[in-house]
Amino acid sequence: MISANRRSGRLVHFFFSGVIRLYMAGKQLLKSGLSFPYDEKYVQVVESIVKTKKGYRCVRCDNEDQQLFASFPCARCGRICTYCRKCVTMGRCSECNPLVIWTGPIPSTSFSSPLKWSGKLSPAQQLASDEVCHAIDRNDSLLVWAVCGAGKTEVLFAGIDLALSHGKRVCIAAPRTDVVLELAPRLASVFPSVDMAALYGGSQDRGKLASLTVATTHQLLRYYRAFDVMIVDEVDAFPYSVDPMLSYAVERARKPTSSLIYLTATPNEQWQHEVKSGKRKAVMIPARYHRHPLPVPTFEWCGNWQKKWRHHRLPLCVIQWLHARLSQKKQAFLFVPHIEFLQQVVPYLQQFHPLIEGVHAEDPKRKEKVLAFRRGHIPILVTTTILERGVTVPNIDVAVFGAEQPIFTESALVQIAGRVGRSAQYPTGDIRFFHFGKTKAMVKAKRHIVRMNDEARKRGLLDE
Amino acid sequence: MKCVICHDDWMPKMSFSIFLTLRQEDVCCPRCRARFIRLEGNRCERCSRLIDQAVCEDCIAWEKRKSVLKQNVSVYMYNDWMKEVMNRFKFRGDYALIEAFRHDVRAVFSKHFSSDVCLVPIPLSPSRLAERGFNQAEAIASLLPLPMIFALRRIDDEKQSKKTRRERFTGRKFCLTGENVAEKRIVIVDDIYTTGATVHEAAKLLYDAGARDICSFTLIRS
Repeated sequence: MISANRRSGRLVHFFFSGVIRLYMAGKQLLKSGLSFPYDEKYVQVVESIVKTKKGYRCVRCDNEDQQLFASFPCARCGRICTYCRKCVTMGRCSECNPLVIWTGPIPSTSFSSPLKWSGKLSPAQQLASDEVCHAIDRNDSLLVWAVCGAGKTEVLFAGIDLALSHGKRVCIAAPRTDVVLELAPRLASVFPSVDMAALYGGSQDRGKLASLTVATTHQLLRYYRAFDVMIVDEVDAFPYSVDPMLSYAVERARKPTSSLIYLTATPNEQWQHEVKSGKRKAVMIPARYHRHPLPVPTFEWCGNWQKKWRHHRLPLCVIQWLHARLSQKKQAFLFVPHIEFLQQVVPYLQQFHPLIEGVHAEDPKRKEKVLAFRRGHIPILVTTTILERGVTVPNIDVAVFGAEQPIFTESALVQIAGRVGRSAQYPTGDIRFFHFGKTKAMVKAKRHIVRMNDEARKRGLLDE
Repeated sequence: MKCVICHDDWMPKMSFSIFLTLRQEDVCCPRCRARFIRLEGNRCERCSRLIDQAVCEDCIAWEKRKSVLKQNVSVYMYNDWMKEVMNRFKFRGDYALIEAFRHDVRAVFSKHFSSDVCLVPIPLSPSRLAERGFNQAEAIASLLPLPMIFALRRIDDEKQSKKTRRERFTGRKFCLTGENVAEKRIVIVDDIYTTGATVHEAAKLLYDAGARDICSFTLIRS
């Protein structure tokens, strides 16, 4: 009886430690979040907030901005305790709350050719796909520089397939939840047999360590040396481009020997330079899968529109553009620089057509409005830069109003131009930058697009 | 300046009143500030709920039950923005957000109460306190320069927000700690007044212990 008890006890222990191992493996978690005892053998407990010469540093998110530290009378340690405000949404890193980091082995599962996809890659995609496989095989880093609409996701399939069949853990990090929500089902359908996790704020899969993970960059703060392949989608996108925390999170979440693949349509100037000088390994896809050149934006001077708007008038050229779209019944995006202006201008534009709508980042009806636009119920959607990427609607025109404003950087403008002519049936469209004085960013964006078309022509990737 | 809520940089408007008086600069940016809605205009005189009647039906019902709470005063209306901020403050534990409320809390409090009252913050259970690291009611009370009395102890561990309306009214949540409240004027402090079950129960206990003129003060009225 006793021995049976002991055996079952051991069994429970075995089962329990297995569960804990599954939960803890590849993670760095706050001690306060762990409600069970953990095996000291496989973890390292480190302070989450350390003192430096400048003040404090958060070990989890690398925050050193002293304005983003605060202190409070802590009931847990009974002292005035300092915590990091930067990553507080992922649980509070404070002086009395250390990080528990898994240092033990991470289980791995391998799949035999899990990819179930019958599509075909274009020659340019095939080239990039081979490079991706190569980089994954050799644990290298690679930049995939592909124009908007080149079919970046398909380029990854073969590489992910290769990694999974070698028992490697793959993570695709995207800057925003929308992208994760779009990407995850697409990958699940081509890798039906693979265990997958989609991680974002409020996701059901939280805490899962899957063979294939799609996550927002924020969620990576919970992982430590967990992934053999790290793919960072849209590196140039906000907030990744401005927040060094996110690149720190990427570095910490991947294994020391692992491959790192960046995907982007618009690498920043430094990266473009490094690619040119050969310092950074890159592969370029300069043409869209439908073999038509990228539509090139035209500039149109519209005078001091801000002054005009104070008298509640819009420049004539903008009104003409609007009338032309409405009479042709062609859908269009009108990008504006900021939310305040958007909220004022939408009611004004509604007198031209009552169904014109505006959408911005904090709009609670954002999803519904975008869906209504996709279905063709909204003739013109006025928006801030949130829709600059990801939203694909066939046969549309795009205009940027106030293109000289600093929010419209080179990469933002290239992305905006990339909304046009995405589908094979309607590969052309009109892109207009209404401006009050050309900026460097506008010129660079146009040059960027022209250069991509030239490159594609040279490589024979266009049918003209 | 960095906004305490959205962390964006913003430029405060320079004016002579800032140089010449002791007026403090706002800690959050105008955009975040505008999304908080102060309770103003027609309200129930007992519980601060926004309503056209002088006394709302809930308060009439409380009166029938012979509640000893004289009045509840709240600062802000509950909206989606408030929900988001409170979620970060209470559940994520971003204590520094309390600074965003300092000015309004002090202004509203001094408008309604004299300075000879004692504050009794609604307590948390020990396990919840350990989990959060601080008591949000105590954090709010600490914005006011008045003495605090820890007269109550929590005996029930369930979150109010996880209970139904009926469950909130049945069962006891607190007991007395034995701190002396006799003949003292008490203001109970909490983060949110929803049905009022929490503060009314606390008021009854304090009244039985000899406290007089019991009112309550909450950050939010939902």
